[in-house]
Amino acid sequence: MSKRIEVNDLNVYYGSFRAVEGITLEIEPRTVTAFIGPSGCGKSTFLRTLNRMHEVIPGARVEGEVLIDGNNLYGPGVDPVLVRRQVGMVFQRPNPFPTMSIKENVLAGVRLNNRKLSKSDADDLVEKSLQGANLWNEVKDRLDRPGSGLSGGQQQRLCIARAIAVSPEVILMDEPCSALDPISTLAIEDLIEELKQEYTIVIVTHNMQQASRVSDKTAFFNIAGTGKPGKLIEYADTTTIFSNPTVKATEDYVSGRFG
Amino acid sequence: MTTAPAAPAIKAKQRPGDRVFSTATVVSGSLILVTLAAVAIFLVAQALPAFTAEPTAFKGDAENFWQYVGPLVFGTIWAAALALLMAVPVAIGIALFISHYAPRRLAQALGYVIDLLAAVPSVVFGLWGITVLAPAVQPFYTSLTEWFGWFPLFAGPVSGTGRTILTVAIVLAVMILPIITALSREVFLQTPVLHEEAALALGATRWEMIKLAVLPFGRPGIISASMLGLGRALGETMVVAMVLSPAAVISFAVLQSQNPTTIAANIALNFPEAHDIGVNILIATGLILFVITLAVNMLARYIVERRKDFSGAN
Repeated sequence: MSKRIEVNDLNVYYGSFRAVEGITLEIEPRTVTAFIGPSGCGKSTFLRTLNRMHEVIPGARVEGEVLIDGNNLYGPGVDPVLVRRQVGMVFQRPNPFPTMSIKENVLAGVRLNNRKLSKSDADDLVEKSLQGANLWNEVKDRLDRPGSGLSGGQQQRLCIARAIAVSPEVILMDEPCSALDPISTLAIEDLIEELKQEYTIVIVTHNMQQASRVSDKTAFFNIAGTGKPGKLIEYADTTTIFSNPTVKATEDYVSGRFG
Repeated sequence: MTTAPAAPAIKAKQRPGDRVFSTATVVSGSLILVTLAAVAIFLVAQALPAFTAEPTAFKGDAENFWQYVGPLVFGTIWAAALALLMAVPVAIGIALFISHYAPRRLAQALGYVIDLLAAVPSVVFGLWGITVLAPAVQPFYTSLTEWFGWFPLFAGPVSGTGRTILTVAIVLAVMILPIITALSREVFLQTPVLHEEAALALGATRWEMIKLAVLPFGRPGIISASMLGLGRALGETMVVAMVLSPAAVISFAVLQSQNPTTIAANIALNFPEAHDIGVNILIATGLILFVITLAVNMLARYIVERRKDFSGAN
């Protein structure tokens, strides 16, 4: 299920503006990797290049390569649609489809693959995915109610259930807890810990405690100033980044002495 | 237990700006009700004698008012429904093209063209229908009856002039296309980026993204837009009056020379020579049109309301 990600000398451009410069890193399967850094340093942009979601923005392009188990996502003839089916994504704000029920939301991605699901298979998959997202017990009696009727934290777990229902290799999370209260945040963090058994997870977060709690490795991004491209400053085990970083900027950032 | 003395009610300070504004809104709100009431009262009062009129008062073979208005009601709804059937899919297609497919420049230009189409007066559409469209589609109608004459809609004998209810419906469709397109486009553009990205991140193609995120979100808007279009088609007078030579028939065949006309066109054609009870009868048909339009709007509201939980508004 989970795959290794290898990024070689990746540059991301919006038109002629270089947003992210020269990133090289490797992410092991079944690990949680956190991206931290100040706003605008390109960590979200970089995250979105891992499933080619940055292409949604007109003018965005990439130089370099992203290999998932050796296959370049940016190779000729690679369909971004298929890439996104392998690499799931959870967004900053919970975004269940408002016109669909909880059940339909979970099945939305699976139905796209044109798989004809029998009703019992569909029910099983819904239960398994919602169990996987720690949401089953809360919603099992109202699977036909709209997903938008849930609380924010429940909606975010519904989005995670929707992402894992298509059995991706990798799950990207772009500040998944930034719109949630501490209790819901804790629920998501516990969930990340469990999902790690099966998936490779990459998470962008502004919350340093969160990074240190959930991740195995941490990457620190920074920019030299506005209009300059974001760069990967340091990438190491989370404990190293938070206790004994090699770069001064990292130490300043994680200890709160920034700027 | 002692209760604290009731605190004196705090009165909000009355500011002149607030009062002017609230008075203005109340007046505007009441004005629309008064206007509607005035029209409704006029219609009902003037229409009443028609319901009890003598059989001789009606043009044609009708024995009473309901027999007289029946074919007109049918023609009105039939023409409008045909027009809507043709216009809505095209309008949604154009709106999606403008909002999600076309490059920005082209989308803007196309938007202007659509608005321009909306600005063409209906008399002009009527003239176009008679002089250009009808002769142009007549040969096509002929082959339709030859090939598909077994299908009741396309039964012969075909009209020699092409001035049939289908031609009327095509012109009406062109007329209501701009409003449906413009409104749908606005709604589609409002689709939250979050939902579009959610679909794309699941591995949706552009069309699948539209199916998952854009169309469900735009559904109430599409319905409202269609109903506005339908309202215009129901009430449209000039095009129908100019293109059709009316007959008091109820017939689903769309290519024959005997076509039901619509209430509005019938009023326009007969009003100049109507007198006494004839006027009341025409006004009564107007009342019926009013009721039909009201019913259509209520139906649309009901459809939108029924799925309110799933609209994402909560």
